[in-house]
Amino acid sequence: MAITLTENAANRVQKFLANRGKGVGLRLGVKTTGCSGMAYTLEFVDEVKPEDLEFESLGVKVIIDPKSLVYIDGTELDFVKEGLNEGFKFNNPNVKDECGCGESFTI
Amino acid sequence: MALLQIAEPGMSTAPHQHKLAVGIDLGTTNSLVATVRSSMSTVLHDEEGHALLPSVVHYRADGSIEVGYAAQAQQSHDPHNTIVSAKRFMGRGLKDIGDTVQLPYQFIDTPGMVQIQTRAGIKSPVEVSAEILKVLKQRAEHALGGELAGAVITVPAYFDDAQRQATKDAARLAGLNVLRLLNEPTAAAVAYGLDNAAEGVYVIYDLGGGTFDVSVLRLSKGVFEVLATNGDSALGGDDFDRRIFCWMLEEAKLSPISPEDTRQLLTKSREAKEWLTDHAEARITSLLKNGELVDLTLTSSKLKELSQHLIAKTLAPIRKALRDAGLSIDEVKGVVMVGGATRMPQVRHAVADFFGQDPLTNLDPDKVVALGAAIQANVLAGNRGEDDLLLLDVIPLSLGLETMGGLAERIIPRNATLPVARAQDFTTFKDGQTAMSIHVVQGERELVSDCRSLARFELRGIPPMAAGAARIRVTFQVDADGLLSVSAREQTSGVEAHIVVKPSYGLSEDEIINMLETSFKSAETDKQARALQEARVESQRLLEAIAAALAKDGALLSANEKQTINEKMQALSELAKTEDSHAIHDAVEALNRATEEFAARRMDASVKQALAGQNLKTLEL
Repeated sequence: MAITLTENAANRVQKFLANRGKGVGLRLGVKTTGCSGMAYTLEFVDEVKPEDLEFESLGVKVIIDPKSLVYIDGTELDFVKEGLNEGFKFNNPNVKDECGCGESFTI
Repeated sequence: MALLQIAEPGMSTAPHQHKLAVGIDLGTTNSLVATVRSSMSTVLHDEEGHALLPSVVHYRADGSIEVGYAAQAQQSHDPHNTIVSAKRFMGRGLKDIGDTVQLPYQFIDTPGMVQIQTRAGIKSPVEVSAEILKVLKQRAEHALGGELAGAVITVPAYFDDAQRQATKDAARLAGLNVLRLLNEPTAAAVAYGLDNAAEGVYVIYDLGGGTFDVSVLRLSKGVFEVLATNGDSALGGDDFDRRIFCWMLEEAKLSPISPEDTRQLLTKSREAKEWLTDHAEARITSLLKNGELVDLTLTSSKLKELSQHLIAKTLAPIRKALRDAGLSIDEVKGVVMVGGATRMPQVRHAVADFFGQDPLTNLDPDKVVALGAAIQANVLAGNRGEDDLLLLDVIPLSLGLETMGGLAERIIPRNATLPVARAQDFTTFKDGQTAMSIHVVQGERELVSDCRSLARFELRGIPPMAAGAARIRVTFQVDADGLLSVSAREQTSGVEAHIVVKPSYGLSEDEIINMLETSFKSAETDKQARALQEARVESQRLLEAIAAALAKDGALLSANEKQTINEKMQALSELAKTEDSHAIHDAVEALNRATEEFAARRMDASVKQALAGQNLKTLEL
């Protein structure tokens, strides 16, 4: 399995990285907070840690720590517009339940 | 599901913790709102994709309120109830405004600020501005999918306290939490990342629709200081349109024309001007009401000739501003262009020639102020790392007060961003103490004698209580202008005293650096000095308390017991004169233990005394 990006998401990440002027890729992760168990994190990466796993999707380097991978393996990251709002969305096949707002989830 | 943005490394927030913060450029002609998403500052658009919101408010006959383009369209039909350029009236009295005759409004001269009679009642400029801010707030909340934690709103550098306060009031009325007011030129400089650039002097050239402002800023240690401002409140992009319009009348040999034709030709003029930004010539065709056809070609060089005089009018204020700042042209490190009219190549060339360097133009000049405000808002809302913190307006040295034993108690730490307020509770040291002297100090050292004294005041009228019973809350507050006010309030009686100080008063940059360096070097000795002082204060407090108790209830002790306690007290007061904080501390402990039995007996005695002579009924309250 792996983590993939949609074309839309990949273009956005490239653009944000270029604007930021530094960073080697995008880090996906989960942390145990939120109203329904786990929450996604999405960060720029300046430094890859030895234990990190790396994927490459449409030219974007995706970095993830092994503990997070078990929760989001197979996820496709998308960039969508909903009305005036826009941002990244996790399409995670492992999810059993989400909190109402969708910021956190359980598996 | 909620949409995510990319955070800086290690800065991911828990769900619902990310603070939504925006920057708002509340302009005379147009207003904008921007935010930082995935580390990128972007202007937020409305449903139709407009970034700009015309700063126009229309009070309709049916009681509803229109803002923006819809209101702008009503400007000529319903001039009394369509308020444009409310920013010009913010915090101004009727006398300050000047040529009110030319304006279509029915002004009401009220003390402090003028008000305008509309069909919706009397409206103050603050209320009008609040309507604009409400629309921007709504736009931002739709776009970001949540409630705003706060906003940074920009104001011209020359705005005085009344105008700034009026802007803050408008924001509060719109339900916005103002993180800070930011000077427009500073916001533009931040948008270009100049706060991370080399230190030096920067000029911000802001040619808007109807106003021209020039500001000279000095950047040092990440802080922008406005050295001088100048400008022309009646010069802007619209004047270039009018100049083209006049040329058209001459070229086409038109006789006086109707207002509709005038409006149409002015629009054509503006379009031609904008077209010439990246074309060599513009063809202007217009069919007038009387059937006459205007068909002209305006070349770039002709526009240059037409606008020469107007552009020259912007150079004089720059010279004045530089002279006020005591600087020469070659000391200017960079020039930032703001305002739509600075897109004109003629303006850019003239500015480049004047300064002998190309101005910064790669950001959209209409949006640059809002973009900078958004960056600042993002930092103030706490969405960025510590090391990224912009040092815009910070406390250079910690502020605190003197406590017993000449120790400095820090209330506001250095580098706290303004505005800031912190409170701390203190108590009395002696029984029956009715006054407290508050000594406000500034510095990083542990002993007051090593800090700088800022002010002293006294809190009087504390009701007599046992030592340690009074609760005195001391609040330090530094506003965005760096004004410190300190207030002390005894919580049970409500007695209060306060003082206002200017904290940076008299401290030069060198002095501040010097004070910091000594504090780093003397960190260890300061720590010991503090420990020693604390031990001494504690021993003194204990000795005084026991002496008082012995005088009152000495009869409860045998001669032997008294002897032991006296010896221990003697030992402690001897030790307190030494430099050994540990030994003093141990002696305090020993004395405490030696008097435990005495304290217990006193407690019993006082309970007995309290009960004596009471019957059961009065006790059963």
